[in-house]
Amino acid sequence: MISAILNQIPVPKDIPLPLPLPEWLLVVILVFSFLMHILFINLMVGGSILTFWYEVKGLKKQEYDRLARHISSTITVNKSLAVVLGVAPLLSINVLYTLYFYSSNALTGYAWLSIVPWVAVSFLIFYLHKYSWDRLASHKPIHLSILGTGIFSFLLIPFIFLTNINLMLFPEKWGEITGFFDALTLPNVFPRYFHFITASMAVTGLFLAWWFGRRKFDADTAFAPISKEWIRKQMLTLALTATGIQFIIGPLLFLTLPSKGVSWGLFWVILGGVTIAVIVMVQLWKLINEPEKQFGRRFYISVILVAGIVSFMGTGRHIYRENALKTHREMMAERTKAHWKAVKQAHENLLLPQVEGKEGSFLPGQNLFQTNCAVCHAATTRLVGPSMAEAAQIYRDNNEALKLWIKNPGRKRMDYPAMTGFPHLSDKQLTEISDYVLQKEWN
Amino acid sequence: MDFPLFHLDFMGNRMLVAVVAIIHVIINHGLAVGFAPLVTVLEFTGYQKSKSDPVKGKAWDEMARKLMFIAFIITTTAGALTGVGIWVAASLANPASLGSLIRVFYFAWFSEWIIFVLEVVFIMIYYLTWKKSNESAKNKRRHILFGAWLSIFSWLTMAIIVGILAFMMDPGSWIEKKSLFTGFLNPIYLPQLIFRTPVAMMMAGTIALMITGYVMNKNNSHKPGIMKYISFWILLWMPVAAAGAFLYYWHIPRTMIGNLPVALGTQQFQDWYGSLLTVTLVVIAIGFIIGITGTFSPKRLPKHLLVIPVLASFIFLGTFERLREFIRKPFVIGEYMYANGILVEEYPLYQQTGLLKHTPYSEFSDITEDNKIAAGEAVFTLACSRCHTTHGISSVVRKFERLYGNAVPLDAEAMKAYVKSMHNVRHYMPPFPGNDAELDALTSYVAEQQKRPKKLEGPQIKGVNVKEINYEPVNSMK
Repeated sequence: MISAILNQIPVPKDIPLPLPLPEWLLVVILVFSFLMHILFINLMVGGSILTFWYEVKGLKKQEYDRLARHISSTITVNKSLAVVLGVAPLLSINVLYTLYFYSSNALTGYAWLSIVPWVAVSFLIFYLHKYSWDRLASHKPIHLSILGTGIFSFLLIPFIFLTNINLMLFPEKWGEITGFFDALTLPNVFPRYFHFITASMAVTGLFLAWWFGRRKFDADTAFAPISKEWIRKQMLTLALTATGIQFIIGPLLFLTLPSKGVSWGLFWVILGGVTIAVIVMVQLWKLINEPEKQFGRRFYISVILVAGIVSFMGTGRHIYRENALKTHREMMAERTKAHWKAVKQAHENLLLPQVEGKEGSFLPGQNLFQTNCAVCHAATTRLVGPSMAEAAQIYRDNNEALKLWIKNPGRKRMDYPAMTGFPHLSDKQLTEISDYVLQKEWN
Repeated sequence: MDFPLFHLDFMGNRMLVAVVAIIHVIINHGLAVGFAPLVTVLEFTGYQKSKSDPVKGKAWDEMARKLMFIAFIITTTAGALTGVGIWVAASLANPASLGSLIRVFYFAWFSEWIIFVLEVVFIMIYYLTWKKSNESAKNKRRHILFGAWLSIFSWLTMAIIVGILAFMMDPGSWIEKKSLFTGFLNPIYLPQLIFRTPVAMMMAGTIALMITGYVMNKNNSHKPGIMKYISFWILLWMPVAAAGAFLYYWHIPRTMIGNLPVALGTQQFQDWYGSLLTVTLVVIAIGFIIGITGTFSPKRLPKHLLVIPVLASFIFLGTFERLREFIRKPFVIGEYMYANGILVEEYPLYQQTGLLKHTPYSEFSDITEDNKIAAGEAVFTLACSRCHTTHGISSVVRKFERLYGNAVPLDAEAMKAYVKSMHNVRHYMPPFPGNDAELDALTSYVAEQQKRPKKLEGPQIKGVNVKEINYEPVNSMK
């Protein structure tokens, strides 16, 4: 019986306000701004891992330490851009998928909330690492531990985002999830994660190949005896290897996608991306084996092609999301419509003549008493304040004193809370209330 | 109703949002909006002084850079993240309201974001090229210009957000126009901006003074000069801040009291309003004393004492931020949505047919003798948990104990009578949204909570129960 309840798909109603822009435009903004955001996230994560790698190598050979330090100076800039560029996709996903996104946020609540302090602290750790390079030069284990802690954070935080964004696609699972770790184990989170980490390495390799290979930058002097050519080759090799590994992780990701969102459209878009990836790999291989030309046409074509892969994959990601939620969105739209019809009906019901059982009192103060006083005062029992039988006794034949008290009361009984004043009531209203209170038989 | 409702049963969801928001505002005002112009002015003064006295100029420049270093580290970490954090926390605390607000404010937030991006770009250029800028006078001048741009964009982010806040405090315009522009025409917009700008400048001054007091060596001969300069900065903004505070202070009752739905609110407002005046006067007096002392004899300023104005200005800001919270109640979006996330328009339906039938996130639809307490918990979650906890901050049990005393057990019947019309006397409370059976279940739950306290876990821990909702599809052919 319990499983019957658990397997239900929740069908909430949608927010009854129009979207601020046509849906397609919001989708374009979402996909584009998300890719910009993830680009800098990639550079931040990839850069931090490479810094670690070269700083460890630098323990033996000092020149690697200089290289590591240079890479690390890109992290703090990339991380700031990653954060600000994250706001636009966050805003867009909030508005496009309100019901789905907020529901999965709530279900993974603590983990989701923890990204705020966690990311802030990780960033502080990276600043500490960056600005303590000289001071901790002779305490390398400490310096590397700081970096290690930062990288560890960077590697764990994406799990929270991925889990959330994955859970959002499966309303049918919402009833079964108890907390973040449960949601983490839904299929597809881990393949997505490794796809992301590998992409980070590929993108960072490509970026650093350009960064150190710039004509203006004298890498030969800065990192001697390491040559500019060597760095370039290393970085391009990294990009090539990582792209190659994606050919294993990618299919794994595709095959573990729950089938409800997979369609031929999605397949062709992904295949388009994969095709470009093959061309990119060929181009990277040629670049690595062409020592002379540093940044000829081939490099820039490769960068454009990578941008192409990313857009295909980003589009594919969106198509899957749309497919996965299509049925549920229709159900939600239907229910929303029914709900607002019922709301309208309820408003009409309000206009029906009220069937009042009891004949109302003729005393005009009764209504005033009901709305203002009955909340705290009953006839014979104590509610918030004393009973009316008691109060009427105290003020018997003393309308004015009662009026004064109601208007501006104080506290007479220490075991009762102070009464709220009613300075806004007119003298006439006060008279009506006090007449009612003193004339009625309270029993 | 339509979301699993995240719940913190000790801290309460409102406190969570308040904590994140206050931290953000303090960093934003104290270390960005007011700090960027102060540092730029310091750098500029150092540049001027370096023409006649290069050593002195260098000392000033170096102190300005150190100040900026601290601002750079904090704003790009805790500052930026708490800004995003307000979103995260608020959408957990009240998803229905954030979901609605974002549809209307999308453009505002989007333009806010663009300016924010520029602000971050400028702060990175400004701080990260500082050392390079000392290579030549031309570089220095350009660098100072970047400082000016940073100051302008920091201020602009605030100016836009204040517009959004002003809009949210003005219920009428939401209902009638649903357009942001009215926020900037709102009578409280300019007073708020005029108030916040000098307060930010002043706060930045107190923070910079404190940092300088701690960072610079006592024997550094340039220290008194810099301390004097910053003290004078505080003193200069003091009258503007005071004027702004009073302008704002005078405007609030005029624009706001009329909006309070029940005149009784006026009285509760008055009490609170009185404490605001005290805080304002005390803070201004402290700032004035420090400013005067620092300006005329900077050496007499003991550095540990400089922590006081910083804390005082935090309290000052915090008190004013509470104002919005106060004014908006019982709504979360004026006259449109109550603080419980339920639309005013939906109330008749829920009051006639009950709440539980309409949410997919409770296993119950109807109240029976058997499910009364459990269903009461579900009603509490839907109707009360956005603001109240069971036994933590703003505890529902304690609220009732304050009314009835805790000598006798809470009486479900008495509470029923109270909840039914509490909105008439407690203007900040929304009316109870459910039907009588649900009210009965709710008060039984509260009484039970007093007898046998049991923590109410949110869906982040215990998940949600899902049920299918019966409804009649609307025939779309009609």
